[in-house]
Amino acid sequence: MQTDFISALYVFMLSSIIGLGVIRRVSRLLHTPLMSLTNAISAIAVVGAILIAGEQKSTVSSILGAIAVFASMTNIISGFLITDRMLKMFKPREAGK
Amino acid sequence: METFASPLLLLASSGRAAHAGVIHSVIHLIYIFAAVMFILSLHWMSDPKTARRGTFAGVAGMAAAVLGTLVEPEIVRSGYLWIAIAALLAVPFGIKLSMVPLTAVPQRTALSHAFGGLAAGLVGTAEYFIWLHDGAPAAGMSGFKMGAIVFEVLLGFITVTGSLMAAGKLQEIIPTRPITYKNQNAINLLLFVIAIVAGVTLVLRPSWWPVYALFAGLALTFGVLLIIPIGGADMPTVISILNSYAGLSAVAMGFVLDNKLLITAGALDGSSGLILSIIMCKAMNRSFFNVLFGAFGQVQAAAAATTDKSVRSTNPEEVAQMLEMANEVAIIPGYGMAVAQAQRMVRELYDQLTKRGVVVKFAIHPVAGRMPGHMNVLLAEVEIPYDRLIDMETINPEFPQVDVALVVGANDVTNPAARHDKSSPIYGMPILDVDKAKTIIVNKRSMNPGFAGIDNELYYNDKTLMLFGDSKAALGDVVKALSGGGMH
Repeated sequence: MQTDFISALYVFMLSSIIGLGVIRRVSRLLHTPLMSLTNAISAIAVVGAILIAGEQKSTVSSILGAIAVFASMTNIISGFLITDRMLKMFKPREAGK
Repeated sequence: METFASPLLLLASSGRAAHAGVIHSVIHLIYIFAAVMFILSLHWMSDPKTARRGTFAGVAGMAAAVLGTLVEPEIVRSGYLWIAIAALLAVPFGIKLSMVPLTAVPQRTALSHAFGGLAAGLVGTAEYFIWLHDGAPAAGMSGFKMGAIVFEVLLGFITVTGSLMAAGKLQEIIPTRPITYKNQNAINLLLFVIAIVAGVTLVLRPSWWPVYALFAGLALTFGVLLIIPIGGADMPTVISILNSYAGLSAVAMGFVLDNKLLITAGALDGSSGLILSIIMCKAMNRSFFNVLFGAFGQVQAAAAATTDKSVRSTNPEEVAQMLEMANEVAIIPGYGMAVAQAQRMVRELYDQLTKRGVVVKFAIHPVAGRMPGHMNVLLAEVEIPYDRLIDMETINPEFPQVDVALVVGANDVTNPAARHDKSSPIYGMPILDVDKAKTIIVNKRSMNPGFAGIDNELYYNDKTLMLFGDSKAALGDVVKALSGGGMH
């Protein structure tokens, strides 16, 4: 558990640094789609939800897990769809004419 | 992915114990692939040209992660049914939420933060519940794991109610004015201290489940209390902060489940929310602390000092003439433009002027709209080319060369008082230097002060002309005058 914790902390630190570096370069134009995209990506919580709902360890945990699957799947679907919908609208001058 | 998913399932059913290790290794590799896709996805958002590729990378990463998780040997047969039903129910709902009008995107975003927080909070609660009912307290609830659950549930549940409140305010179901009461900060602080005590107690004595219930309840309450004193004008910052919380709750879930992919994706989301909040705070010259505990927007009753000043008004024909003769025009859109649904009219104006060889640029303040980048999306929707959307830092030095600056539905972000009037509530806030343009036209419904209730000095400038009237109608008349003039 101790080494697991340390390696998890390592991953957290490195991902945060990568995240800050990458996000800082995101075009100012695209901050709204960025938020819906990261929304969809953070719905990776679906992984935990699938495990809880799938293990069926108790009725309560299965119900909670299933609701969590529903919530994260909603975010995945709507997040990616709306991001693409918005990004499609951004056109440069030549194509806009 | 599916091609080797099915043999894996077969392996899982035959030699469970022996092959579980192999399956887990493969799942780990799939997770690493997903993590790479997520990072690339955000990397490609750096340019509108590659941004759509970013979405596809995100989808690929997510699909891989979901399929990889589904081959986990721990998932039992009836579990698949539960997962399938929940996922199928999400399909129509998700599609519907992705089709909202773009003016409602901030509400949708807040709502999806609430969903993200809910998923994290519920998974944390389920984990706790499973442990509690396994009836083997000796078999492993380490202080570390309980601590991670505490963080997961705290951040998750705060995000749920906080985001629902924010969505309610944006949708104007809940009053957008800050709601304040006596000793507000003291009460919040007290609740926060109780929550910390409860959290620490849980780490030390995980089996005391009533403390868990109290803790979860406090987190939910806290989300509400945190948002009600915050005014509508601060919602862009609030959404960004909640975005960050939603990400961090996923990180905490990663710690609970010892899943590095969750930690990576959550950290990406968390840092995105953090950077956006910092940009929003800077754009309003506020600190996090001030946004969260400042109760902005209710103290300005002292806007009476300007009664003796007069403004000059103009009419659509005159505006059309001035625009037509200009070499360079800057349009300064604010949320008022979206409220009046004048975007299409702005687009027509843009077309008319471009056709005449007038250079038209849009000056975008970082807080224009109701969430970061909102104005860009609203203008992209009406097919204004994105290279005409200029951010504040870039366009400010250009204002002295601008012949006509046309302000449509923007107010506080153009107020020169922010630069020099120390008594102004917006003093220090970075603004668009509209007053440096050669001529300024302000389209406004009436002389009522803006959302923050602050009088705008710009209106009394000698170079300023006021075009009163609803944006859609007034700009429509300008366009009509322009196209009529173009006939002969």
